Amino acid sequence: MQELCKKVFRFYVEGFQNMKVGKKLWAILAIKFFIFFIVLKIFFFPDILQTKFSNDHERANYVMENITQ
Amino acid sequence: MDNSLLVDLSRSQFALTAMYHWLFVPLTLGLSFIIAFMETIYVKTGNPEWKKITKFWMTLFGINFAIGLATGIIMEFEFGTNWSNYSWIVGDIFGAPLAIEGIMAFFMESTFFAVMFFGWNKVSKKAHLLSTWLVAIGSNLSALWILVANGWMQYPTGMKFNVDTARFEMESFFDVLFNPVAVSKFLHTVSSGYVMGSLFVIGISSWYLLKKRDTVFAKRSIIVAASFGLLASIFLISTGDESAHQVALKQPTKLAAMEGLYDGSKRQGIVAIGQLTSGKEIGDNKDDFVWSVQIPYALSFLGFRNIDAFVPGMDDLVLGNKKMNIEPASDMLAKGKIALKSLRDYKNAQKVNDAEKSQASLKTFRMYEKYLGYGYLKNPVDIIPPVGLTFYSFHIMVGLGTWFLILFFFMLYYSMIGKIEDKRLFQKLALWSIPLGYLAGEVGWIVAEVGRQPWAIQGMLPTQVATSHLTSNSVAVTLVLFAVLFTGLLIAEIKIMLSQIKLGFKGA
Repeated sequence: MQELCKKVFRFYVEGFQNMKVGKKLWAILAIKFFIFFIVLKIFFFPDILQTKFSNDHERANYVMENITQ
Repeated sequence: MDNSLLVDLSRSQFALTAMYHWLFVPLTLGLSFIIAFMETIYVKTGNPEWKKITKFWMTLFGINFAIGLATGIIMEFEFGTNWSNYSWIVGDIFGAPLAIEGIMAFFMESTFFAVMFFGWNKVSKKAHLLSTWLVAIGSNLSALWILVANGWMQYPTGMKFNVDTARFEMESFFDVLFNPVAVSKFLHTVSSGYVMGSLFVIGISSWYLLKKRDTVFAKRSIIVAASFGLLASIFLISTGDESAHQVALKQPTKLAAMEGLYDGSKRQGIVAIGQLTSGKEIGDNKDDFVWSVQIPYALSFLGFRNIDAFVPGMDDLVLGNKKMNIEPASDMLAKGKIALKSLRDYKNAQKVNDAEKSQASLKTFRMYEKYLGYGYLKNPVDIIPPVGLTFYSFHIMVGLGTWFLILFFFMLYYSMIGKIEDKRLFQKLALWSIPLGYLAGEVGWIVAEVGRQPWAIQGMLPTQVATSHLTSNSVAVTLVLFAVLFTGLLIAEIKIMLSQIKLGFKGA
């Protein structure tokens, strides 16, 4: 089992080391994920119902109010 | 708060995100299978040239996949922030398909992705080939679950509205999964991806032929992609036909807008090409078109599989048509308002523990429930989607789809008789058809989504009720942010792709 884990680990390490265009792509991915999940999600895209209310009953009442106004 | 501005901004933002996301997805769907075919030929023949060809296209696939990865997640952020009412209401329906998408398809795709890229010379040829096929299947399975969710929005089925939780709750998973709209939408959408992938391979290969470099690799790539593209185009046309048939049955206003049809009739022809009369309104007796070329009887036959079938136009759907048993929209609005009022009464009665009144209100609500969405609309004409955008998008999509079929046929024919290198006109046409493929995919989405308006969920929830109560300024800021960010990503993709293409097959 330990040997298998080592083999899988080496497989990924060597794969990443031998990448050519892939290194540039990983850099873009890292920047993209940072912008998506840290900047956008936290500062611009709160889950309104999750942050405003503490339980599903309150969320249901709020939505029902909105759709029956 | 200016609600219409907020709704427009939220819709623009979602449209921008979806359309950018859709620049990356079709190529993933189509190119993954083309790579799998090429690698299969390599494994079968043992010819190392096919390995180089496979690796070259795999690199371009990887660039597209990496840049496009997670662009779709932004739509989930938007559901929680801009469309909180909607996401709560559909949470029980969408939760299952999207969770399955995440667990099954995405993990399947991601696991074998590493073997596909890192596994050359490390796993056996057959194991590598299996991984490549599983990446292709995994990518397409991801699309299945997303389109099951989208199909449900077009034709909600297998559910019941729970008046206590304000949610549509799933009653039958299989009704949701095998929703006829979802099935035809899935098949039509993935086959459009296969066409896009084929156009991409043929177009870039043609560029090599025009530059007179890597010609052997380019010609072999064209044979594989043109064969796949031709079959995919035929399949695309048949799934498009089924998709339009489902629209005729389930979304008559969308069909009428797609065809610019106001005054419906039996033995209705289809408009092959035409110019809509500007300023035309419901019931004004102006001609539908300034000019048009029609194919007689075709819309009745394609829409309803019966040459004598009546196809309702927008006038019939808004004003009603007694003879054809079509209810006027004003009656549906009135029934919708009863459904809405009884829902409100039910909630108020619940608050004061009036069991008798809440039961009576619930009974009334259930009687008129199917008209609920109409209760939110102000005027009967509000049931009509934007006609010009839907009509022209639909006809551009159909026209381009026909062109791609012709292109694939000639590219394959000239390849088979060994004359493709001499056909510079077709090489140029193939190269310029790459952006046309993207255009066809985007206008296809416009037909599906703009044609569905005014509904977020067909007949049940209009778009304006689905939005969150936010300030329009905050949505405007994120809209601009996305436009900048996604344009940056697109430029990065094009630049990296072009530099890789310039290296050619030998650099693979």
